[in-house]
Amino acid sequence: MSIFAPASTPAQSIFDLSMFVLSVTAVIFIVVATLLVYAIVKFRATPENAGREPAQVYGSTQIELAWTITPVLIVLVLFAATARVIHAIQDAPQPPTAVEVTVIGHQFWWEYRYPALGVVTANELHIPVSEPSRPRPTFLQLLSADTDHSFWIPELAGKTDLIPNRINRLWMDPHRRGIFLGQCAQYCGTQHAKMLQRVSVDTPEDFDAWVRAQQQAAARDESAVAGRRVFETTACINCHTVRGTAANGRFGPDLTHLMSRATIASGAAENTPENLRLWLKDPDGIKPGSLMPAMKLSEVELDALVRYMQSLR
Amino acid sequence: MSSEVLAMQSARIDEPTWIETLHGWVTTVDHKRIGLLYILFALLFLVIAGVEALVIRIQLMYPHNDFVSPQVFNQMFTMHGTTMIFFVAMPILFGFGNYLVPLMIGARDMAFPRLNAFSFWLSALGGFLLYFSFLGGGGLYGAGAAPDVGWWAYAPLTARAFSPGSSSDYWTIAVLVSGFGSIGTAVNLVATIVCMRCPGMTLTRMPLLAWLYLTMAGMVLIAVTPLSAAQIMLLIDRYLGGHFFDTQAGGSATLWMHFFWIFGHPEVYILIIPCFAFMSEIIPVFSRKPIFGYPVMVAATVCIAFVSMSVWAHHMFTIGMNSYANSFFAITTMAVGVPTGIKIFNWLGTMWGGRIQFRTPMLFAIGFLFQFLIAGLTGVMMASAPFDWQLSLSYFVVAHFHYVIVGGILFALFAAFYYWYPKVTGRMLSERLGTLHFWLFLLGFHLTFDPMHFAGLLGMPRRIYTYEPGRGWDAINLIVSVGALIQAVAIVIFVANLIVSYWKGARAGKDPWDAWTLEWSMSSPPPAYNFASIPTVASRRPLWDLKHPEDPDSRYE
Repeated sequence: MSIFAPASTPAQSIFDLSMFVLSVTAVIFIVVATLLVYAIVKFRATPENAGREPAQVYGSTQIELAWTITPVLIVLVLFAATARVIHAIQDAPQPPTAVEVTVIGHQFWWEYRYPALGVVTANELHIPVSEPSRPRPTFLQLLSADTDHSFWIPELAGKTDLIPNRINRLWMDPHRRGIFLGQCAQYCGTQHAKMLQRVSVDTPEDFDAWVRAQQQAAARDESAVAGRRVFETTACINCHTVRGTAANGRFGPDLTHLMSRATIASGAAENTPENLRLWLKDPDGIKPGSLMPAMKLSEVELDALVRYMQSLR
Repeated sequence: MSSEVLAMQSARIDEPTWIETLHGWVTTVDHKRIGLLYILFALLFLVIAGVEALVIRIQLMYPHNDFVSPQVFNQMFTMHGTTMIFFVAMPILFGFGNYLVPLMIGARDMAFPRLNAFSFWLSALGGFLLYFSFLGGGGLYGAGAAPDVGWWAYAPLTARAFSPGSSSDYWTIAVLVSGFGSIGTAVNLVATIVCMRCPGMTLTRMPLLAWLYLTMAGMVLIAVTPLSAAQIMLLIDRYLGGHFFDTQAGGSATLWMHFFWIFGHPEVYILIIPCFAFMSEIIPVFSRKPIFGYPVMVAATVCIAFVSMSVWAHHMFTIGMNSYANSFFAITTMAVGVPTGIKIFNWLGTMWGGRIQFRTPMLFAIGFLFQFLIAGLTGVMMASAPFDWQLSLSYFVVAHFHYVIVGGILFALFAAFYYWYPKVTGRMLSERLGTLHFWLFLLGFHLTFDPMHFAGLLGMPRRIYTYEPGRGWDAINLIVSVGALIQAVAIVIFVANLIVSYWKGARAGKDPWDAWTLEWSMSSPPPAYNFASIPTVASRRPLWDLKHPEDPDSRYE
């Protein structure tokens, strides 16, 4: 998750700028610190100079001018470099080939909607590699359903906040495939710490296959019908959507293809049957303060519900 | 028997009972006593907020640690930040200002002694209200709860939907009330410095400390008022159905950010400028030279004050402002580095060619110079807006502002304590304990705050109560926590030094440091009336002129 391992154009231009700023500030530090150390060593009180006041110097206009003008010039150079990168990143036009994703921050999970593709998912974002020959960057619209959040995948782009009543924008064009991690950067409430992010950068073929799979309605598995009944007769459906069923809640993550995700509870736990069961039984046990209530289900109902969740491929 | 009665009566006349002493302190309008009240109040809160920091660090020592719950952790960082800024840094700096400014400008008290007392007690009430939230903050919602909205209390976390109960109200009212106290003291400082200087002390002959406090007080008037306004607006939202910041009813979350940071950024300079003041008194005395470039130092200070009013939105580079706004706040923020740099160069110029004595105040001053230099440079990095898109809201920022506040402000305050304690108590602080305190605190400080930068560079966001293992943050956090514990030990040594030296310290006499400003011309501690006869000065260093009649400053100024 280092900011010094950029894997997309905006992260790369920030990296280049940061290297420039770091070298300028390093030089300033070395010069000033050397002068300070020199002064401390050279002009220390010793038995030889004891009892004698040094020459009383009140100042020097030439020296003051020198150490005013030099920093002004440095600031101008740093600003020019900064403004260039601000413009390059913020004012980049969106190409027609771009993938559009709407990101909605919730306490304490991420909703991802691909309006042009008809895909809705949560917590694990899938985007394609953008090859120089076939650029296909991803443009994110950032919204919030409740409090402020911040979207931050250090290796792909700088962070941008998700603020209620405001539409923010962020883009990235990953150069290589892989899993990129991040997490909510703006304090958003009790479980700010476990609002984790995974971005899966896929090859264009894998991405298109993933989109096709996500576009399907929920799988119907007759062996899980008992669990489905539990799901649909409990308050689950007030908050969750399973496309193709009566469940169309928007408050919690879309579960249509839950099993296509590697984690649950916004990355707080791996997506295993044991964790699913723990999570359904007592969400606070995994993520204290999460907004999902414990539904007080019996052991039999829990087993059935886990089986239903596992059928949502 | 009659002789016994007589003895008792005379004892009562000589030695006030503890209740009389207490009454005397509570009702005092003497600027020195109010100054001490401010400082003692702040030290108490320093210990409390320090303990909160330790809770945070113990929790973060290991990944997935469960020393405290997320709810408690969030309360801890909220209370730690709020307390340190509003109930430690502000009052302690006002305390030093209260104590020192009249003495250094040759006045017998502040301009408005009763306003002075009133302002202090408002601040004290604010601190009490903030901590009462632990008992009363839950309101009708059950058990007590301290605020957990972060010290910026960003909207809409403070809206009733996200913050039920009364914890946010305690935060709001505590900050509002102490803000009124700050405004009162700021008015007082401005009036005192403008109107009550002794004969001969023109503005250009004021000690730099007075100049810097004048600037700081002016900034308080400009910066604290919008914060107070925002707090009132928030109360209107919560109780009168207003929608300033209530996003669910169409209010604006970013409006709060602007209000908060137009206070919050100048606040950093409000805190650091008095520390520049301490440096500008201490470095010359221990270098045995006058301050280098006095007029430039004054100009740089005023320049910082002006420019710092136009930099606030650099706290908001990530909120999606357009590229022009981001560029504007990038250049103003970088520009404020120029006058700040000039100050460092002038202190260097003061030391250059001097005869530097490494007494405890000077040790802390030297620590300040290095650490403030680094803090300034990491500030320049974050002024570069795109770089900040990576650094902001991460542990890098936490490291940066603790470098300013601990490495800068607290080191300067320690220097000030060791420098002026003899004047206040008549006793020297122990040099041995002081040196130990310095080296131990220096070690703890760097163990704590140096690695934090790297945690931020590795993508660790701030304000998380726990973190995932295997992200490269584990070892860093362990070192940071160990450093925090070492700092705590150093603070214990400092407090012990303050207490023990009060009774056991060497007698200080009038002028233990062979210094040059007016406060060293009177007995230690100074009499209630300060000056038996108001002095007349002819230069910036009146005591130098007295000690060196053959070569007085007044000849050159």
